[in-house]
Amino acid sequence: MALLNHLAKCKSMHLACHALRVDATSLTQHSAFSVSAVSAAIQKMTRVRVVDNSPLGNTPHHRAPRVIHVYTKNGVGKVGDKVLLAIKGQKKKALIVGHKMPGERMTPRFDSNNVVLIEDNGNPTGTRIRVPVPTHLRKLEGDYSKLLAIASRFV
Amino acid sequence: MAACIQRLDRAIFSIRLLRNVQLHNERSLSTSLHRLALDTEQPSKFTPPVKPVIIDKTQSVASLRKFLSPEFVPPRQRTKPIKFTIERKDMIRRRKVLNIPEFYVGSILAVTMTDPHATGKNNRFVGICIQRGGRGLGATFVLRNIIDNQGVEICYEMYSPRVQQIEVLKLEKRLDDNLMYLRDALPEFCTVDTDMKPQPSSPTGEVPVNKTRVRMLPKPWSKRWERPKYDVKGIRFDLCLSPEQMEHAQKWAQPWVEYDMLKEYDTSKLEEAIYTELQQEAAAATAK
Repeated sequence: MALLNHLAKCKSMHLACHALRVDATSLTQHSAFSVSAVSAAIQKMTRVRVVDNSPLGNTPHHRAPRVIHVYTKNGVGKVGDKVLLAIKGQKKKALIVGHKMPGERMTPRFDSNNVVLIEDNGNPTGTRIRVPVPTHLRKLEGDYSKLLAIASRFV
Repeated sequence: MAACIQRLDRAIFSIRLLRNVQLHNERSLSTSLHRLALDTEQPSKFTPPVKPVIIDKTQSVASLRKFLSPEFVPPRQRTKPIKFTIERKDMIRRRKVLNIPEFYVGSILAVTMTDPHATGKNNRFVGICIQRGGRGLGATFVLRNIIDNQGVEICYEMYSPRVQQIEVLKLEKRLDDNLMYLRDALPEFCTVDTDMKPQPSSPTGEVPVNKTRVRMLPKPWSKRWERPKYDVKGIRFDLCLSPEQMEHAQKWAQPWVEYDMLKEYDTSKLEEAIYTELQQEAAAATAK
């Protein structure tokens, strides 16, 4: 019972992840494969969790949103980096707001790779971010001030 | 003649005394009479109430248990002991400024640190301590909490100048030294109320051990916690694994490691020496 409630509470990425844990064929149409523990920053082909309330990020799809390009010098994305996602058969830019990889001391580490959908000019697609967001994102006050404005909680 | 004068003097002195006493008696008698008279006629003279003794329960009392923080015990290395002595001096200097209370893995802490990017400059985080790592000035502890259905962990450096206050909200131990398995446990076991009030604990006596055994999410987990090398006692394996799987995990057991003499590192004498050194430093500081 508690398990079902827990599944119900989670959002799309989480849902997919746990569904894979429970029974690989039930919710997704993949064949069973091993899901290794993710402990690295975001790179190409990582499945991410969209945490804003945009319709593109929240409508269920049979494939989880995946990163197809990271806009950094090396292909590794940390908090505050822009990435290109493949969601629902379309390309969309997004900003990383938290990852599973432990970063600097005194900065938060999240249990899922969180991402916020963004337009080309840097404006967020959604109107609210319910999930806590690290405070050192405020460094990007100039470019992503609208995104910081819609964040509800800073950690 | 002289004797007479002396006796006279003494007499006069005694009379004076008596007169004083009498006057005093008269005075007291008069006031008591006055009071008695007043009692019968009107309410008594105003007596100010006894000042209440305020026992401040919010301020934590310094623990009287014999506790040596694990970051003081140096690891078994080839470095010269003088490095650890100097480091300990710096640690004591920092502890004079910032009070680092006694806490264990499994206690609930609230840490306030300076954050240039946070509103109001300070950032408060409440969580359960899942790991204490590092030795010396680089000692760290990891706090975990679940906020808005999102698990968040922050690794704090204990001796960092950014840390303003470390408050123990609930002092307790758990069945294990390392609670990393909480990442794969049901979220109810990691959720800590952000507005939790500090629970008072007795400064003497044993630290309470929380014997809760945690229920896990379905496998795969981040680590194979059922394997003997992790030696986890705080998980309900009977609810998530079959006896066959538990037996299969025992294949990775290394029972000879317990008897390996080269891996022995007895820190008891070292701990005693460091504890006495710290007590002496504290005594010297209070003496000044």
